[in-house]
Amino acid sequence: MTKKELKRESIIQASLKLFSSNGFHKTTIPDIAKVLGMSVGNLYNYFKSKDILAKEIIKYTSEILGQEIKKVNILDISSEEKIKKIVELYFKMAEEKPEMIEYFLRVYLSHREVFSDGCEGMLCVSGFVTEIMIFFDDGVERGELRDQDFFSAFGLFMGYLGGMVFLKGENILPKELHEYIDDISKNIYNALKV
Amino acid sequence: MSKKPKLLWLQSLTCNGNSHSFFNHSDLFSILSHFELIHFPLIDTKYTLEDVLNKRVNCDILIIEGSIKHGLEKCGVDIATLIDYYANEAKYIITAGTCATFGGMFKEYDSDNINGFAFDRDKAIDNFSKFRKKLISLPGCPIHPKWLSYVLLMIANKKNIPLDDKNRPQELYSITVHTGCVRNEYFEWKIDTHGFGHKEGCSFYENGCQGPFTRGSCNKILWNDVSSKTIIGTPCFGCTEPDFPKERLFFTKTNMGIPQKMPLEVPKRAYLTITGVAKSFNIKRLERKLIEYNNDN
Ligand code: SF4
Ligand code: SF4
Repeated sequence: MTKKELKRESIIQASLKLFSSNGFHKTTIPDIAKVLGMSVGNLYNYFKSKDILAKEIIKYTSEILGQEIKKVNILDISSEEKIKKIVELYFKMAEEKPEMIEYFLRVYLSHREVFSDGCEGMLCVSGFVTEIMIFFDDGVERGELRDQDFFSAFGLFMGYLGGMVFLKGENILPKELHEYIDDISKNIYNALKV
Repeated sequence: MSKKPKLLWLQSLTCNGNSHSFFNHSDLFSILSHFELIHFPLIDTKYTLEDVLNKRVNCDILIIEGSIKHGLEKCGVDIATLIDYYANEAKYIITAGTCATFGGMFKEYDSDNINGFAFDRDKAIDNFSKFRKKLISLPGCPIHPKWLSYVLLMIANKKNIPLDDKNRPQELYSITVHTGCVRNEYFEWKIDTHGFGHKEGCSFYENGCQGPFTRGSCNKILWNDVSSKTIIGTPCFGCTEPDFPKERLFFTKTNMGIPQKMPLEVPKRAYLTITGVAKSFNIKRLERKLIEYNNDN
C-alpha cells in the first residue's frame, strides 16, 4: 500500500469507530480529523463529504467480510462445516471489531437516505454478498443444501447472525457470542440442508 | 484448368437435417460449381449409389453426416467401414453436424456404441489421431449452410482454415452464440424475458438460453439470412457443443437463483460480482415494452 492508501484506510477505520459508537449524525468531519490528528482540510482531500465516507466504509467492511468468507469458500470441506466457520468468523469479528458489524446494523441499515445514491441495491455490499452466493451455489451443487430462493436462505443466515449481534449490542444476551456458535451453526444447517 | 475437387457426402445414422440445411443454401449451385459432386443424398449425379457402395468412385473431400455405429448396415454395407475407406482416400474430411462430430442426438439411444467420427462427446477417439491432419469438425444440429460453404470455398480456394483443439474452424466457433444476439443489453442489465417470442428481455435466467456458453456463430451468420433462435425469443439449446443434447432445454438450472452454468470461461465469482452490481439499478428503458401496439390498428 502507498502512504496515501494507508492514510485513507486509517481514516476509514477511525470514522468507522466513531460512527458506530457515537452515531452517524452526531459524528462530524472535524471529530474524525481530531482523532486522527489531521486537519479538516486535509481530510477533505481524501473524502469530499461525510456521505461519501459513509459509502466507502460500507464497501470497505463488506470487502473485508467477503474476503474472510472467501477463505472458507475455497476450503475443501462440507457445507455444514463451512456454516460453522462462517458463524465463527462473523462472531469473532463482532467481538474483536464490533464497529464493523455495528456499522452495518446501526449506520448502513438505519440511514438508508445516506446510501440511496451510490449504494443502490447490492452495490456497496457486493463483496460480501457475492461470497454468500458462492457458498449457497456450491452447497446446492454438491447436493448438501436445498435449492430455494436466494433471499429466503440469505435472510435466514444473515438475519439470524445480525440479530444475535444486535442483541449482544443491546446487552440482552446472557452469554458471550462465541458460546452460541455450536447451536446457531446447527440451526442454520438444519434449516438449509436438503 | 485444374481438375475440380471431388465431393462425396456420406450418411450414417442421421435425420438428414444437415443435407437439408445445406440444400437450402441460397447459393447452393454456385458453391457446388467449384466441385465435382460424386454423391449428395438430395441431388442426382452421374454416379449411382451402387458406385459409391462398391468403392468405384474416388473423393477428395468426404463429408460425413450422422453418428457412427460400428456394425450398422445400410444397403447391405457396413457403413462405418465404408466411411473409413473413403476417409483414407480423402484429402479433407468434414464431419457435418453434431452427430457426425461428437455423437449428438443419436448417441442418446445407445451411448456406449454410438459416437462421432473422431469424438466420443468431448473425448477424442482413435480416428482423431489418425485423421486429425485432414479433419474439419462442423458441429451444429443442424449446421448452418453457410458454415459448410465457408469451409468448402476455403478448400476450393486452397486457403488455410485456422482450427481449434477439436478441429473446429475458429472463424465459426471461436465466438459464442451470445455474440451478436440482439438481447445483449438485457443480459448486461440482467433483465429476464418472461415467456417466449417476446421482443424484450434475455432468455438466460429462466428459459435456459445456452448462448453464453455455446460456441457458434448463429448471431453473426444469421439463419435464412434474417434471424436466429435467440433473436426471436427462444433459448439456444447449445446444439454445437459436445454434450448436446442436454435435458430440460427450456429451463435454466439454478442453485438458489444463481445460474449453474456460467458464460464460457467466466469465473462464477466474477460473474456474480458484475451481476450484483448490474441488478442494483433499474434501467427504465429496458423495463418498457419496445413497441406499444395500438389495439385500433
Ligand atoms: S437470449 Fe441468450 S444469446 Fe441472447 S443475450 Fe440472452 S443469453 Fe445471450
Ligand atoms: S442458436 Fe443454439 S441451438 Fe440454435 S442452432 Fe445455434 S447453437 Fe444450435
